[in-house]
Order: sequence, then C-alpha cells, then structure tokens
Amino acid sequence: MSEKVLMKGNEAIGEAAVIAGCRYYFGYPITPQSELIEYMAKRLPQVQGVFLQAESEIAAINMVYGAAGAGARVMTSSSSPGVSLKQEGISYIAAGELPCVIVNIMRGGPGLGGIQPGQGDYFQATKGGGHGDYHCIVVAPNSVQEMAELTVHAFNIADQYRNPVMILGDGALGQMMEPVDFHDLPVIPVEKPWATTGMGEREQPNQIDTLRLNPEKLEEVNNTLQKKYALLQEREVRWEETFTADAELVLVAYGISSRIAYSAMELAREKGYKVGLFRPITLWPFPKAALEKAVDKAAAVLTLELSAGQMVEDVNLAIRCSKPVHFYGRTGGMMMSPQDVFDQIVKIFATKGGK
Amino acid sequence: MAEKLFARPQSLVDVSSHYCPGCQHGIIHRLVAEVIDELGIQKKTIGVVPVGCSVLADQYFNIDSQQAAHGRAPAVATGIKRVHPENVVFTYQGDGDIAAIGMAEVVHAAARGEKITTIFVNNAIYGMTGGQMAPTTLVNQVTATSPYGRQLSSAGSPIRLSELLATLDGAKYIARVSVNDPANMTKAKKAIKTAFEVQIRGEGFALVEVVATCPTNWGKSPVEAKKWLKENMLPQFPLGVYKNIEGVQ
Repeated sequence: MSEKVLMKGNEAIGEAAVIAGCRYYFGYPITPQSELIEYMAKRLPQVQGVFLQAESEIAAINMVYGAAGAGARVMTSSSSPGVSLKQEGISYIAAGELPCVIVNIMRGGPGLGGIQPGQGDYFQATKGGGHGDYHCIVVAPNSVQEMAELTVHAFNIADQYRNPVMILGDGALGQMMEPVDFHDLPVIPVEKPWATTGMGEREQPNQIDTLRLNPEKLEEVNNTLQKKYALLQEREVRWEETFTADAELVLVAYGISSRIAYSAMELAREKGYKVGLFRPITLWPFPKAALEKAVDKAAAVLTLELSAGQMVEDVNLAIRCSKPVHFYGRTGGMMMSPQDVFDQIVKIFATKGGK
Repeated sequence: MAEKLFARPQSLVDVSSHYCPGCQHGIIHRLVAEVIDELGIQKKTIGVVPVGCSVLADQYFNIDSQQAAHGRAPAVATGIKRVHPENVVFTYQGDGDIAAIGMAEVVHAAARGEKITTIFVNNAIYGMTGGQMAPTTLVNQVTATSPYGRQLSSAGSPIRLSELLATLDGAKYIARVSVNDPANMTKAKKAIKTAFEVQIRGEGFALVEVVATCPTNWGKSPVEAKKWLKENMLPQFPLGVYKNIEGVQ
C-alpha cells in the first residue's frame, strides 16, 4: 500500500532517518533547518532513541563521532555557518572511517550570511572543508521525496563504506512541503565488528585512532582511504538526465536549482530550443564520465547554481574544457526564476548564431 | 609457597611507556587500571583519550577506546555512553585539553549529569607541545609562552576546574587528589574508584583532578618537581572532595 504524507523537506529527512534505523541525533538549532532538529526531538523518544541538543555544533559532531564509533546509526544536521563549525569533527570521522549522516540545509554566506536558500557550500562539502585528504560522500536531493529516499540510502552507504555521508540540501528544499511516500525504502543493516562496544568476549580491544605519528603508517592510511574513494567513484555515482540526447545546450544544476532549470528547459523546448538537463545527484563522487557523455553532442553547457560559481569548476573538469561552459548564478539567498534562466539560454543560442 | 603480591593490572598492556622520566601519567594510568580490574569492568569499559601527552594512553589500556579531537573527549564520551548506557565510559584529559579548548564540552557534560567519569591530570603546563602556558599555569610561572612569568594583568589567574564544576547540579562527585607521595596515591586511587562507582550506580558526572608533575617542561629533576608541586601547586589547587552527592567532604 502506498500512502503519501504532506511534509516539509526537513521533516522528511527526520522521518526517513528513523526508518533507516537512526536512533541517535545530536545537533544544535540553526535556521533554515530547525524543523529537522525539532522533528528529531519529538520523534526519537517515541522509538526509544536518543535526542540530545548539544552545547555547540562542535560538541554535536563529536558526539556523532563517539556514537558512530560505538556502532550506532547516528545523524546530525545544521546549516552553513554551523556546518563550518562541524568541519573539525568531520575530518576526524573520515580519518576514523566512521559511518554517519550529516545534513547541511544551506543558506546564503559567507559569514552569518542570510537565512534564505543558497548553494555556496559546494566547495566545502565536496572538496574537504576540514583538514587532510578525505572525502564525504555528498548527495543532493531535489524534492522532498528524494530527501527521504537519499536519507535512507545515505545511512546504507555510510555503513557499507565506513564513511561520512553528507546530504546537501538548501533552505528552499528544507522548507518546501510536498507529498512524500515512505514505503519501500530499502534499509540494509551492516555488521560492525570494529565498533567500540566494550571488549566483551573479544580478546583484543577495538580502538578508534586518528593519530599516526609514524609518517609511513600515516601514508599507508591515506593510501587506503584513496583506494576507498576510487571505489566510490567507480560504484556510487548517481545522476539524472533529461532530453540530453539531442540537446544543443545542456543545463547542469543540482538541488533546488535543477527544479528551476527543468522549468526553463520546458520553456525553451516550447520555443524550439534544443535544451537538455543534467542533474548530478552525487556531488562527490561527481558523475564526470556521465556528464562528458551527456554533453557529447551539445555545442555548449550552462551551469546554474545559487552561488558565485562553484560546481562549474567540476563541470569544466568533467568535460575537459572541450566546449564552452557558461555560468549563471544568484547569491545572497536570491532565487533565479525559470524566465531568468530562459533569458540566459536565448543569449547563448544568439552568440552561436541562432537555434 | 611463594605468593605474588604485586603484578601488572590486567587492564594495562605490557609495553614500555613513552612518558618522560618523573612524569606521573604512568602512576595515574596504573591507578585507573587497578580500579578497572578491582571493579571487574575491563570487558565493559570504553576509554576516551585526549590530545596531549596522554593521546597515546590507548596503547597502555587494554580496553576498547576512541581518540578524541583536542578538548572534545566529553562530547565523544557522551556519544558512546548514550549508545551503550550499560558500559562504563571514561575520559582521560590534561589541563590544556579540558580547561582551555574543551572547557565547554566538560562544563556541559557535567551540567547534563552525563554518566561518565573524567580523569583530569593537572600539571599546570602544556606537555606535548613543549611547555606552553596552560589555563592552570600559576601566576609568575615561566613557560614557553609566558617567558616573563604568567602575568595576572594580561593572562588572568589559574582556573580551578574542580571548584567550578562542583557548582553544577549534574556533577555528583568531584575530587582533587595528587600522586606526589604514597599516602596521596592511596587517596587518589580511592577517589578514582569512587568516581567510577558513581557512574556504575548511574548517578551522574564524576571527575577526579590529579595534581601532577611535568619535570621536563618545568625544567626540574623528578625530585625537585615533586617538591615544587607541594610548595606551589597544592596551595593554588587544594586537595579534597569538592562535591559528593552524599555531602561527605
């Protein structure tokens, strides 16, 4: 039986986390993700889980480190300035190869910025953010339904690869209400023999360390991590493409921007412009090969982001600068309209001499 | 028939220590391990080790453990304890870790009445990074970052963490001890045992501050260091029980 519930994106992540078996949440309130922490405060005690409002984002992410090390499915959430504070802990979680889910419902930055939607944390999410050579797996939903689906998926792959997974949303997705179906979300339990549970019957203690004073040992650890990242790039890339087969111009956008891009593409198609849309669902690993293939026949690419241009660099790298990559973005929490994007499309077609 | 009266505790690993000569971490590790053995909790104890000289403590304790980022041990311990409330979770922290960068974490863990035990080793100086000023450095004490002595006018006065935490309702047992002589070692072990028992009984947060030496960074011999501790540190950091839920001082 399929039954849909009308829910805010933030709440959908919370409910999906509970479905995924997450019983531990540590966080600190910040706009525009507060509905998520509030949802967990209400929901987790109903399922004998633990909700704890930490004294800071730094404490929250370190509670996540402890709980993840202890073998639990655990989540934290925040928005841009709060996620900056969590970066120290994220680096340690990646170094300790601990699975957890971190939600960033992005707002405008830098600094305190604003509380309206933004996508300016792309570099931070996909290129590190904390110190050292590590990666979070980064997934970018573009609907409330997908926020639920990718949350369950995030817990599954976090455990499978022993790696932090970040759900990168934005204020628009967090706040918007859409029908969501929570049925048939596959929860894959993973054994954690490495967890710190107390030695019990084990002869040897389980110890989660990130200090490696021996440079050779540290390099060995880094090489192991890089092997895992290579495997992720091979196996865990997700994307969606629409009308790319005959497209002369391919739009590239993720999250809320991809919804606007979709409407702009429909407008353009109505007017006879051959426009397609490529939407990365995993931002790290970035769907490089798929994008290169999707734009193979196109003359140009237009990347759309609620930032001054961050993913556009990955788009250029993916297609190896083989054709012009245009960029259009808004910052400050300003949203672009489908008409704005359509105007950009018209301009690009005009510069290359018509449709 | 020969009877073995003294042996390495089961909760300690049989390896050489990296600590400097005269450093008291070894004694404190041993007391913690003896307590774990005596309480029969080795198989259910999870330790959280800090950043600082004792970052390698997990090489010495034969128990499950996690290393925490600088100052974050009480938050990490909170995460572990909430997942495994039946286990015994303790943090082992130095003065830079707990009283500077990690002050918020320990204050709030205590305020929440987090059912963890904290062993706080106060030697009035940063050890691992090479003898810089700590929040517990004494006024006029010379360190690498207070080369003219800690100035009250600019660096303020040493933090008495035990007294500070004792004001919080969630803190159920707070004691300051030293291991500078055999009598105080006995008292220190008793306090550590009580701090673990408070957790096992599910009563709340417990902390034992151990006033200890750092001969290397104090620039003193181990014997001189013990003398300096007694004459200078103990007046600033008086030993005793600062909080006990039964009100026994």
